[in-house]
Amino acid sequence: MARFSPVERLLHWVNALGFFFLLVTGLILYLPSLSTLVSRRQTIQGLHFWSGVGWLGVLAAVVLLGGRRLIATARELETFDADDMLWLRRRRAPQGRFNAGQKINAVLTAAFAVLFGISGLLLWFGEQDTRFRFASTVILHDGLMYVSLFLLVGHLYLALIHPATRHALRGMTLGDVRVEWAMKHHAKWEPEGVTVDRPRARQPVDMRPQLADADRPRR
Amino acid sequence: MDAPPVNGEPEQEPRRYGRKLFLATVAGGVTSLYWGKAAWDHVTGVISPVASAVAPILPTGGWRIYTISGHMPDFDPATWRLKIGGLVGQPLSLTYDQLRALPRAEQITTFHCVTGWSVKNVHWAGVRIHDVLATAQPQSSAQALQFVSMEQPYVDYLTVRQASLPDVMLAYEMDGKPLPREHGAPVRLVIPEMYGYKNVKWLAEINLVPELEPGYWEELGYDQDAWVGRSNGYS
Repeated sequence: MARFSPVERLLHWVNALGFFFLLVTGLILYLPSLSTLVSRRQTIQGLHFWSGVGWLGVLAAVVLLGGRRLIATARELETFDADDMLWLRRRRAPQGRFNAGQKINAVLTAAFAVLFGISGLLLWFGEQDTRFRFASTVILHDGLMYVSLFLLVGHLYLALIHPATRHALRGMTLGDVRVEWAMKHHAKWEPEGVTVDRPRARQPVDMRPQLADADRPRR
Repeated sequence: MDAPPVNGEPEQEPRRYGRKLFLATVAGGVTSLYWGKAAWDHVTGVISPVASAVAPILPTGGWRIYTISGHMPDFDPATWRLKIGGLVGQPLSLTYDQLRALPRAEQITTFHCVTGWSVKNVHWAGVRIHDVLATAQPQSSAQALQFVSMEQPYVDYLTVRQASLPDVMLAYEMDGKPLPREHGAPVRLVIPEMYGYKNVKWLAEINLVPELEPGYWEELGYDQDAWVGRSNGYS
């Protein structure tokens, strides 16, 4: 069954390829041993900056291209129900097309892209104009890199190594996943046009305080 | 009355926590431009003993290597010379061995980069500038020193008074080893009270000049007097 649309996969792989290129060029700038080995800092710095600009530009273009489809995906990713909260507390709970961990990873990845862009622009222009230089810009840029690396390692482990989850990679490359795998890991996911015999998923319940009529303030 | 729990767990309606997380992360990141350095300094101060133990095995050692040209200068002991010229009575051309034969000085100081990072407790060894200049006999009209790097066109200046600060040195060793190439081998200027861009690497010449002039980074808007914490917008 289809899990990721072509535009979702395009967004993922543009992000992934851009990030890896930026990681490699960034590490050459960051690690003294690699800086010495490559030596051409100005060239690498220019490559790093302009590929970062291109990365964010292409990501923005794909988002515009995706239109309503990606807006719907964003809605899925930003919405957490009771089962998501249970899942995050390491309890068994049925998940939708994205589990709660994938939602957090996607949200942080999007926020980090914005912050990488802001801090990268400040580093670039700050070197040429002191009005754009802040003492903490490099700390923000480096901190983002460390946290992103941590998330990336976990992401790669789950996508490539962990037996229970690595089937998901097929969804992000070819677009579809096995029905039985989806039923097991994403029991609440109900794609349009697909009928699956699955255990009944729990429905979100409105837990806002319910007042009996007698308790309502009288006007 | 609350909604009945399912499987003993309270239920709630779907919430857009993702949007809040996104906005909070971006807001936290942007505001960290103002508080990040202070927070980081506080954290490293608290975990200082741990940080000291871990630092040697970290790939960066805390340093970032900045260069301005396409090629990091190479050091050849056979051909390298440190030239002392300008307003001096006796121009000099010192070999590496001659420089190392001058009175040795050592110090442990913190290196601060104007971009915000610092490396604490760097162990430098080298020579004091007055020991280098003594033989060259500076003229009384000399008010500043020009430091010329092998990495062209990098150049910077200090006043004679600044260069006479007690912990200013020409360093040829760092942390017990000959100065590595990426740190300016064979000799770099070290002036801990000023940001790194005044600490000229790959030194080739020192010229006595009548007055201070803007160096490479000063031409790009950085402060002439790069006092740590008191220049370049820091206060």
